[in-house]
Amino acid sequence: MYDFDFDVIWRSLGYLFRDGMTFTLMLTTCAMVGGIILGTLLAMMRLSSYRFFSAPAGLYVNMTRAIPLLLVIFWCYFLLPYICGYVFHELYKISPKPIGDLLIRIFGYQVQDGTPLRIGAFTSSVITFILFQAAYYCEIMRAGIQSVSQGQMGASYALGLNYWQTMFHIILPQAFRNMLPVLLTQTIILFQDTSLVYVLSITDFLGAASKVAQRDGRLVEMYVFVALIYFVICLFLSYLVRCLQSRIAIIR
Amino acid sequence: MAMIDIQHISKWYGSFQALRDCSTKVEKGEVLVICGPSGCGKSTLIKTVNGLEPIQEGEILVNGISLTSPKTNLPQLRAHVGMVFQHFELFPHLSVRENLTLAQVKVLKRSKAEAGEKGLQYLERVGLLEQKDKFPGQLSGGQQQRVAIARALSMDPICMLFDEPTSALDPEMISEVLDVMVKLAQEGMTMMVVTHEMGFARKVAHRVIFMDQGRIIEDLPKEDFFGKPHTERAQQFLDKILVH
Ligand SMILES: Nc1ncnc2c1ncn2[C@@H]1O[C@H](COP(=O)(O)OP(=O)(O)O)[C@@H](O)[C@H]1O
Ligand SMILES: [Mg+2]
Repeated sequence: MYDFDFDVIWRSLGYLFRDGMTFTLMLTTCAMVGGIILGTLLAMMRLSSYRFFSAPAGLYVNMTRAIPLLLVIFWCYFLLPYICGYVFHELYKISPKPIGDLLIRIFGYQVQDGTPLRIGAFTSSVITFILFQAAYYCEIMRAGIQSVSQGQMGASYALGLNYWQTMFHIILPQAFRNMLPVLLTQTIILFQDTSLVYVLSITDFLGAASKVAQRDGRLVEMYVFVALIYFVICLFLSYLVRCLQSRIAIIR
Repeated sequence: MAMIDIQHISKWYGSFQALRDCSTKVEKGEVLVICGPSGCGKSTLIKTVNGLEPIQEGEILVNGISLTSPKTNLPQLRAHVGMVFQHFELFPHLSVRENLTLAQVKVLKRSKAEAGEKGLQYLERVGLLEQKDKFPGQLSGGQQQRVAIARALSMDPICMLFDEPTSALDPEMISEVLDVMVKLAQEGMTMMVVTHEMGFARKVAHRVIFMDQGRIIEDLPKEDFFGKPHTERAQQFLDKILVH
C-alpha cells in the first residue's frame, strides 16, 4: 500500500505559490490584457470593409486557431530568438547607430555579432500566449461589436465623432459589456492553458509542483493538490463572472 | 443661399437604385416634411444630407459646403447638423448627462463644465431635467426621444434632420415629442422631417415632399399640398394615412 505524505505540500507551499503561482498569474494577466487588446484590433480589422485589413486578420485568426498551442509554445521559444536576432541584425545594417544603441538600452543586446536575441522564458511565453489568445479574443470581440446595432454607429457619426472616437467611446464599451462573460470564460481557459509552459521547464505552478513531486517522489500528492487548486481557482473565477455579469450589464 | 441644397442626387445600394435624380432645397428657417410609402427612400434621402449614406451622383450643399468634395471635413460638418432617429439611438451605456455631453467635449472641444451646462439647459427645455442621472433604458420611449432631441440641440446645430421620430412610439407619447418639435420649428430652426404626422405638417411645415420608389414626385408649399388635387399615387397614399 502506497502511504501518502501530504506534509510535502505544506513544506513546499512557499515555493509553489511564491514562485509557481506568481508566474502563472502574471502570465495569465499579461496574456489576457495583451490578448484582448490585440484581439480587439484584429476584430476591428476583420470587420473592416477594406479587404486590405480584413483579409490578413482573417488569415491570422484562422491559421492560429488551426495550430495546436503546444506547437506555438515550442516555436516561439526556440525560433523567436533567431527571428528577432535576424530582424534586428538586418535593421542594424540599415542604420547601425540608433538601432544598436536602442537594443543595448532595452535588451542589453549586442547586435553586431548577429547572435540570437536572448528573450527569456517569461517574455517568450507572454508573447506566445498574447499571439495565440488574440485569435480567440478576436472572434469574441467580433461577435461583440456585431451585437451593437448599426444605428449606434450612425448616431455617433451623426454627432461628428470619427471612426476611432466612435469605436472607443460607443461601440467597444458596449461590445465589452455584452461579451464580458464570454471574455472571462476564455480567460479561465487561458489560465488553465498556461500550465503548458511547463514543457519549457518553466517554474509555473504546475512546473513548481512537478519539480517538488519528482524531487521527493510524491507524485500523487502533488498532482492531486495541483488539480484541486486549479479547480478552486476556476470555480472562484466562474463565480466572479456571474457576479460581474449582473453588475456591469447595460440597463435596457 | 439655401441651408440644404440637394441637386440631382442618385444613390445605389449595390445594383438597387434607392434614390433617382432627387433635387430639393431647404431655406434657412424653413420646415420641410417628407412623406411617402415605406421603402420609398425617405431615410436614405435624409441620411445623405449629413453624409451617413454616400451618394454616387449629384451634389449636396449644406450651408454652402459641399458634402461630396473630398476636402470637406465630414465629422466637423456633421457636428453642426443635428439628427434624430426613429429608434432614438441614445447610447445605452452612458447616463443621460453623458449622452448630452460626449460629443460636445470630443468634437466641439468644449470643457466638461460648459458642455454639462449646455446639455442640462436643453434637457430642461425638453422637460426632463430630473432625469439627468438616469440611463436611457430607464426612460420611456417618448422621454428617450426627447433626450435625443436635446442631445442634437446641445451641439448648436444649424439645421435638424428627423427620421420618423414618432413612429416607434406608443400613441400616448407621440404628442410630447411633437410638442418639442413644434416649438423648435416656431423658434425658426431649419428642419427636414420624415413623418406621417400630417397634423404636424399642417401646423408647422412650409413645404411637403412626397416620394415614391426613390423619386420625389411632389414638392409643394404646404397650402398647395393640403389644398390641391394630387398625382394619383400621392392621393392614394394620403387617403390611406388620413382616413383614420
Ligand atoms: N443598407 C441597405 N442596403 C441595401 N438596400 C437598402 C439599404 N438600406 C435601405 N435599402 C433599400 O432602399 C430602399 C429605401 O429604403 P429607406 O430609405 O430605408 O426607405 P424608407 O425610409 O422610405 O422606408 C428600400 O427598398 C430598402 O430596402
Ligand atoms: Mg425609414
